[in-house]
Amino acid sequence: MEPVKNAIRMENITKRFGSVVANNGINLALHEGEILSLLGENGSGKTTLMNMLSGIYYPDEGQIYVHDKPVTIASPKDAFDNGIGMIHQHFKLVDVFTATENIVLGLEEEGRLDLKKAGQRVKEICEKYGFDIQPNQKIYDMSVSQKQTVEIVKVLYRGADILILDEPTAVLTPQETDKLFAIMRNMQRDGKSLIIITHKLHEVLDVSDRVAILRKGEYIGDVATKDANQQSLTDMMVGRSVSLNIDRPLPVNPTPRLVLEHVTAYDELGVKRLDDVSFTANAGEILGIAGVAGSGQKELLESIAGLYPVKEGKILYYDPDVDYAETDESGQPKHQPQSLVGMDPMDIRKAGIAMSFVPEDRLGMGLVGTMGMTGNMMLRSWRKGKGVFVDTKGPEALANRIWKELEVVTPSTKFPVRRMSGGNVQKVLVGREIAQEPAVLMTAYAVRGLDINTSYTIYNLLTEQKMKGRAVVYVGEDLDVLLELCDRIVVLCGGQVSGVVDGRTITKEEVGLLMTQHRKEGAE
Amino acid sequence: MFDIVSFIPRAVMQGTPLLFGSTGEILTEKSGNLNLGIPGIMYVGAISGVIGSFFYEQSVAGQPLNGFLAIAIPMVCSLLGSLLMGLIYCFLTVTLRANQNVTGLAMTTFGVGFGNFFGGSLIKLANADVPSVALPATSAFFSKHLPFAANLGWFGKIFLNYGFLAYLAVIIALLASYMLNRTRPGLHLRSVGEGPATADAAGINVTAYKYIATCVGSMIAGLGGLYYVMDYACGVWSNNAFGDRGWLAIALVIFTIWRPNVSILASMLFGGLYILYLYIPTGSHMEVKELYKMLPYVITLVVLIIVSLRKKREDQPPASLGLSYFREER
Repeated sequence: MEPVKNAIRMENITKRFGSVVANNGINLALHEGEILSLLGENGSGKTTLMNMLSGIYYPDEGQIYVHDKPVTIASPKDAFDNGIGMIHQHFKLVDVFTATENIVLGLEEEGRLDLKKAGQRVKEICEKYGFDIQPNQKIYDMSVSQKQTVEIVKVLYRGADILILDEPTAVLTPQETDKLFAIMRNMQRDGKSLIIITHKLHEVLDVSDRVAILRKGEYIGDVATKDANQQSLTDMMVGRSVSLNIDRPLPVNPTPRLVLEHVTAYDELGVKRLDDVSFTANAGEILGIAGVAGSGQKELLESIAGLYPVKEGKILYYDPDVDYAETDESGQPKHQPQSLVGMDPMDIRKAGIAMSFVPEDRLGMGLVGTMGMTGNMMLRSWRKGKGVFVDTKGPEALANRIWKELEVVTPSTKFPVRRMSGGNVQKVLVGREIAQEPAVLMTAYAVRGLDINTSYTIYNLLTEQKMKGRAVVYVGEDLDVLLELCDRIVVLCGGQVSGVVDGRTITKEEVGLLMTQHRKEGAE
Repeated sequence: MFDIVSFIPRAVMQGTPLLFGSTGEILTEKSGNLNLGIPGIMYVGAISGVIGSFFYEQSVAGQPLNGFLAIAIPMVCSLLGSLLMGLIYCFLTVTLRANQNVTGLAMTTFGVGFGNFFGGSLIKLANADVPSVALPATSAFFSKHLPFAANLGWFGKIFLNYGFLAYLAVIIALLASYMLNRTRPGLHLRSVGEGPATADAAGINVTAYKYIATCVGSMIAGLGGLYYVMDYACGVWSNNAFGDRGWLAIALVIFTIWRPNVSILASMLFGGLYILYLYIPTGSHMEVKELYKMLPYVITLVVLIIVSLRKKREDQPPASLGLSYFREER
């Protein structure tokens, strides 16, 4: 057998952020001329590992070899000098520049700036690999997939022979994805070596030669794609479940509180973000929402909260104080649930629906960073008070209560929340939302970035709410927690519901598989 | 009868300080810095030049001036004065990331006060009976035009009848335009103003570009102040005479949609509108004159409205204008 040459070899790479070990002693090799998939759950350290190749992070320990030569990659420039180019998930392009201008940006070439010549080279690269962009097209005129193409050309223009694509398909339609894969194979034929980060199993099987799997910062192993299937990859990716022992009492008398029927929504670019989503959130129950990042979780919660336009379908709210079983003389139900579609948060509140939403973006959507706890409490109660004067006593009392009960670490209730730690910020936000005594409590990634103790505080608060007969919706990324905390779990994949399962009986592997499984086209 | 041959040169002379100011401000804004301190910086540019030439004239005590020094000393003083203002602005907004609007307005207040303070001091030193400092000898060098200009009839009057700084203003504007659109530093500068994070990721030193563009821009704007006092005002400094020309320069930036080459003609248009009231008989109606003086601002507003209606992306201000950049804040 011909010995394989390594384009990249990472040896014993360790990277820590504070006390968190993002990558622990990882050994990874990329062979020359292959497409390697890097597979792992959210937070398994894939992007961190690749960022050490692209010069964004610097490893704490370990050595990187490029074409078997030891190298030091301390900046993106070093990465380029070694022929490594990374295409990030978030494009770094200037909107009002042309493709060519963006591509040559930052290059220190000899002689004066010759955009014509550069455009010619861009064109040559495009023709060689089959890219569909015009050198003089402005970025703002481009589709997402074209913007991605510009990023790829940018890397090729700099002469990279090792390309790293960080979740390139997350923003693409299936057709665009196929096109990208064709281009990747073209590049492979041209002798380039590629790494693609993804957590979509079918894509892994589709495009790569070999799969390397990370789990919680550890390197699990690699397998040739031809020897792998979805089940075996899921097992490696998810691993054995770890018991967390979250207290989970049985739901008390669950009745429907929120019913979604065939909800479909599009973003401003016209991409379908929610596709025929239907499920019921019961009072007295924690409903988990699982799915890989960007499967429509954010859009789902915002649709319910009245922040995201719903194109089709129904969102129905059942008031806890109304008995929907009551019928009038003719046997018709006396009360109808309230439809939330088309309402904004103010309408929802005016309709007397107590809904609380703990958004993913705590300091952006949830709290005002420069204000103290009291000020942030007031965001929920500014309508109270007399005339133009706001009531400050109530919020102050609430702030003090949350400060004490949730053990928020802050010097005073006036201290700007943005200067608190993430866990404390989250306590303030969750505390405020729970204090509204909501009928529906929605949380998005409520424990992201929190230490284990604070996380448990949050879990207990949510369970407490459930026992008070509230409908709790918990969007989470850690499957272990979802399986320990939630009564039922809705699994999202690509904006569709790929399953609604019982949190007590389902296994992690089954949820993992559902997360990566699109509904069959025929089933629609 | 409207005397176009005498109107145009006056419009150009009115417009030249505006051209310096707007070219400087365009360079600054292309780096994402909204420097509202330009009026103050032009003031400082003017008074610094006046201080330099005042002491030079005093030192030669009535003897004829050396032509080179008479021009070089005020120029260098003016450039240094406005450079210092630019550096203060950059330090506050780029290094300390202070709010750009507040800093700029403070710089203007400071610059005007600085000018009036030293202007007042010079007036006292000069023991003048009128509240102004006159530097006619220096001014003679600044406003010297080509000797044969007068023999060329209307052509000479319209095109050749200006001091060298007026031509310098046009040259700088053309160079700035070329630099922005055709060179690598220009491309990089624009990317800093449009997307500092993108520029940073591409290996461009955002802080350096912001500092250099803003300081060079300030120095160019400062020359506008120098031109005003040395050429336009014939070397006579009196407090507050510069008026609102600095704001007019900023309006010109918007009017030209951030293009220094357009600013060459536009500044003359603004200059013309600024003095139009002198050419239209208004009799004793002082209030009507004030309405005419409003014209440049009115057409700036009209341009703003048209540009916003057309929604062309290239005509929008640099995307990160007015925002400070901090790498770790994502």
